[in-house]
Amino acid sequence: MHTLEPILAEHPFLKGLRQEHLALLVGCASNVRFEAGAFVFRQGQEANHFFILRDGKVAVEAFAPQKGAVAIDTYGEGDVLGWSWLLPPYRWRFDARAVEPTRMISLDARCMRTKCENDHDLGYELMKRFAGIIEQRLDATRWQLLDLYGVRD
Amino acid sequence: MACVTDEVLVMNGAEQSPMLPDLYKVRQVHRETDDAFTLELGRAAGHQPFGFSAGQFNMLYVHGIGEVPISISGDPGGQATLVHTTRAVGAVTRAMRALRAGDMLGVRGPFGVGWPVAQAEGHDVVVVAGGIGLAPLRPTIYHVLANRDRYGRVVILYGTRTPGDILFRKQLEAWRARLDIEVYVTVDRATEGWNGNVGVVTKLVPKAPFDRTRTVAMICGPEIMMRFTALELERRGIDADHIYLSMERNMKCGIGLCGHCQCGAAFICKDGPVFRYDAIRELLSRREI
Repeated sequence: MHTLEPILAEHPFLKGLRQEHLALLVGCASNVRFEAGAFVFRQGQEANHFFILRDGKVAVEAFAPQKGAVAIDTYGEGDVLGWSWLLPPYRWRFDARAVEPTRMISLDARCMRTKCENDHDLGYELMKRFAGIIEQRLDATRWQLLDLYGVRD
Repeated sequence: MACVTDEVLVMNGAEQSPMLPDLYKVRQVHRETDDAFTLELGRAAGHQPFGFSAGQFNMLYVHGIGEVPISISGDPGGQATLVHTTRAVGAVTRAMRALRAGDMLGVRGPFGVGWPVAQAEGHDVVVVAGGIGLAPLRPTIYHVLANRDRYGRVVILYGTRTPGDILFRKQLEAWRARLDIEVYVTVDRATEGWNGNVGVVTKLVPKAPFDRTRTVAMICGPEIMMRFTALELERRGIDADHIYLSMERNMKCGIGLCGHCQCGAAFICKDGPVFRYDAIRELLSRREI
């Protein structure tokens, strides 16, 4: 029987994770697929999953009256989508919409939180990896705020 | 190539003062984006080809307004016209944008050290450009594509402000359609209808398909963008001595005499504008320079 373990083990976000931790993750994981235009999650909904992208593209969007939906960031193969599941009140802060047909592995948030509470080594390992992602995205946001390309010359 | 002596600059086989502009006639002006434009120039007299290396720049003089350094954005193998792309952001470049076919312009150059296209032979080539920084890199892309069998994988990573600010858009689309080059574009701010990547250009580096053990990377864009891109390339495993970037300073004379473009011990106009990253790394993060 095929499991998701080899796919998870090869994903950049989880590469190098200990075997027993991978096995714990597999218990919370399922394959999901979104067609182009479909919402992966909506702002304000309960953040009950996070996603490991296998292929395709997802845009994280904010909706503002008069402006419509504005894509803030896009994620593709090798990326991770969502960290609102980590912290109360466990609600999505933005919308996420598939820009093209997208395959992901969905990890159930309650299941993950329970396993992290029961196994702090797993929890710490995941927190370190998410901290790295958050740091990269904070850097990118700061850079975008600088509006660098508008000031060259 | 050009070499400097005390009195003269030997350019394209002909000796003349490096401070004396040649007269060129505007053949065409292309609007690229809201503020970026391309000038195609031809010699006002004679038909000698204008030889240059990818990454070199010229001093362009708009009569009665002033002179500015502009990188050459044309094909180093196609010397029928001299091509420059820049943005209209100051008095001289705004006047330049207002030029029309038949108008005259002064040209001094070519100046500076270009991209390491010869050293990159046998390697994968990664070109990372930000905003108008794609213009100084375009001659490299032309050269690499004209000599495609001498290089490994060729990857272009391009980031800009919005979809409307994408420089050479049709050309990027044409390159992307080729089977022997990878092109990835991202914008900082999406607009309606944009289904491409959103986010800073460094995000493209981790997924770019190249062999870190045999890659030469060339970066051009705002300095902060180049600094973070170089760090990301190093994180991917490219050694600092295989990363090159193009610096921009207030260049005036073009031959390392006036000192306007001094950056540490280097003169950007003469020792650059292209530098190896390990030679310039310390200066990139020093705010006093």
